[in-house]
Amino acid sequence: MKDIKIQVNDLSLYYGEKKALKEISMQVPANKVTALIGPSGCGKSTFLRCINRMNDLIPSVSITGQMLVEGVDIYDKNVDVVNIRKKIGMVFQKSNPFPKSIYENVIYGSRINGITDKRELDEIVETSLRQAAIWDELKDRLGDSALGLSGGQQQRLCIARTLAVNPDIILMDEPASALDPISTSKIEELVHELKEKYTILIVTHNMQQAARVSDHTAFFYMGELIEMGKTDAIFTKPAKKQTEDYITGRFG
Amino acid sequence: MSSPISSKQNFTKESLEKQFRLSEFLAEKIISSVAFLSIAIIFLIFIFVFKESLPIFSLGKESAKVEMQQSVSASGDQPESYGGVETEDLQPESYGGVETEDLQPESYGGVETEDLQPETYGGVEKEDLQPESYGGVEKEDLQPESYGGVEKEDLQPETYGDVQAEPLVENNDSAEDTAKEKKSNSIWDTLLTPDWVPVSENPRFGLLSLLIGTLKVTIISMLIAGPIAILAALYTSCFASKRTKEIIKPIIEMLAAFPSVVIGFFALMVMATFFQDIFGYDSRLNAFVGGVAMALAAIPIIYTISEDALSSIPKTYTEASLALGANKWQTAFYVVLPAATPGIFAALLLGVGRVFGETMIALMATGNAALMSANPFESVRTFAATIGAEMAETVFGETHYSVLFFIGSLLFIFSFGLNALAEFYVKGKLIKKFQGK
Ligand SMILES: Nc1ncnc2c1ncn2[C@@H]1O[C@H](COP(=O)(O)OP(=O)(O)OP(=O)(O)O)[C@@H](O)[C@H]1O
Ligand SMILES: [Mg+2]
Repeated sequence: MKDIKIQVNDLSLYYGEKKALKEISMQVPANKVTALIGPSGCGKSTFLRCINRMNDLIPSVSITGQMLVEGVDIYDKNVDVVNIRKKIGMVFQKSNPFPKSIYENVIYGSRINGITDKRELDEIVETSLRQAAIWDELKDRLGDSALGLSGGQQQRLCIARTLAVNPDIILMDEPASALDPISTSKIEELVHELKEKYTILIVTHNMQQAARVSDHTAFFYMGELIEMGKTDAIFTKPAKKQTEDYITGRFG
Repeated sequence: MSSPISSKQNFTKESLEKQFRLSEFLAEKIISSVAFLSIAIIFLIFIFVFKESLPIFSLGKESAKVEMQQSVSASGDQPESYGGVETEDLQPESYGGVETEDLQPESYGGVETEDLQPETYGGVEKEDLQPESYGGVEKEDLQPESYGGVEKEDLQPETYGDVQAEPLVENNDSAEDTAKEKKSNSIWDTLLTPDWVPVSENPRFGLLSLLIGTLKVTIISMLIAGPIAILAALYTSCFASKRTKEIIKPIIEMLAAFPSVVIGFFALMVMATFFQDIFGYDSRLNAFVGGVAMALAAIPIIYTISEDALSSIPKTYTEASLALGANKWQTAFYVVLPAATPGIFAALLLGVGRVFGETMIALMATGNAALMSANPFESVRTFAATIGAEMAETVFGETHYSVLFFIGSLLFIFSFGLNALAEFYVKGKLIKKFQGK
């Protein structure tokens, strides 16, 4: 069981009256990339946001069921949400660097964790940017505003910012949806390298991308988890008809 | 098939011809003319205010003498008349006569005629009075205050001695020149003194204490209003639930519609006593009470605008920060607040503008005494309150009247300068500091 990072038991989520996730049960293996696929509005983002409790920000949300991360129920009353989020980083669909300098963006997480030593911070900036494959592009302009970067650079900066706080799990919500093929492939390579150290969940609409980067794939439909398994298996011989229709593009 | 194609030609010269759209044209013109009009009106108000203060700029040359009744009219003649006197120096009567003719009562010569006559002359004849002391006396004592008076006391005997010694005539001349200068500059000299005594025999228009008073009140009220308003805005935009926000925001904004007379009245009757009980100072109405009352007026303005600035910060920033493991306070202080810097800065500026120009509260709560003091618990008098209190009592065209308008121009220029400085310098720096280059 040491290989199971996240264990989800009968998780349901309501937006007010509306049930957006229906009794989801799944296991996410450690140090692997798990892709979440499914048609728009099926609840992928909602599910991803359950894992680091981002849905707490929406007042109307109520959740039932269990979400165990390394065996700990993160929705337990005694669990501090801030500590959860320090361990579970998130990269958003739309890149959202802070309106600060590149340097400040990367060290933001370290700053709030109380690191003030300049040398340590410099080191964090360099390693994180290197990991996100953007160090060479940005090393000479660390003082510039992050908002002046291209979309692809911003997204990789956001990844670097997430890596800088050293999480265990990284959640990526369509990280490459607005990017050109070159930036996309850089991010895919990045994901590939990162799984050595991190457990990654990635939402994508791009079947090839899911096939390329992920080890496991989960197919969501209408708030339900239809099928989950090894990526090879899902893409070659899916067990459910809906899955097959979706990945072959014959959906609806 | 060929005919429909040719008849279906979409891009003809006629169809693409520029069209004149009257409504569009009119709307555009109206909008731009209204905009220009409003700018022009602001400009014209300034011109008017400034124009009314213009006399004090020429006062130095002529009108000062008339208006301040310190006529130096015959100044050009003085050296000559002096010389004349000296040649005839032995006739006491003629001496006195000459002086009374040429020199004005309070000034130099006139005084002498009153006091000097017989004995002085005798004294003079001794010829042993020091020339230096003469110059010294004039420099020290003459300055802005009562010219004539000083001379009565100090000068006379010596003057005569000097006058008689030939080489000293020059000395006398130059002394008179400086005296002339001083008189002609008198308005400007008094503007930079602490004394604000506009209605008196010898009116003085010292703006320094008014300036100090205005600054004191402004600083006190901004120190109170700034943090409170910004923290309140931060609370409602980042922490409060939607319902709390919907209650708090309109309530604070309602304060903005509070007439300042009411705030002033409240400060006068309630706050003054309350603070006096706490701090135990002497003057019941003072800069502190006024500052607190004006803070009440400034808070809603600063609050509303900074709240808007804070609320318009994209949710994605907040989410990004929280997802990195920041708590709410850290998110508010390290992400939302810096991102909203320009808006908050604008809010503070508007607050300063409000306090700076606030008249009614200043009149009612600050005590209105033009004192030079750094003590926040002393009475003060602000620029705006001075205009408000005294404009009705001045005579059109009088120096006092002009000086009040000059203060009005100063208020204008101050707030304009403040905004310009903020816009072009501070804001850019702040943005760079908080948001990268
Ligand atoms: N804040 C919200 N309040 C109410 N309903 C919401 C909210 N966010 C999402 N939903 C609903 O929940 C369902 C799932 O939304 P979700 O964003 O998880 O879909 P998704 O799978 O991520 O879609 P996409 O691929 O387009 O991003 C949708 O029907 C959506 O309308
Ligand atoms: Mg989504």
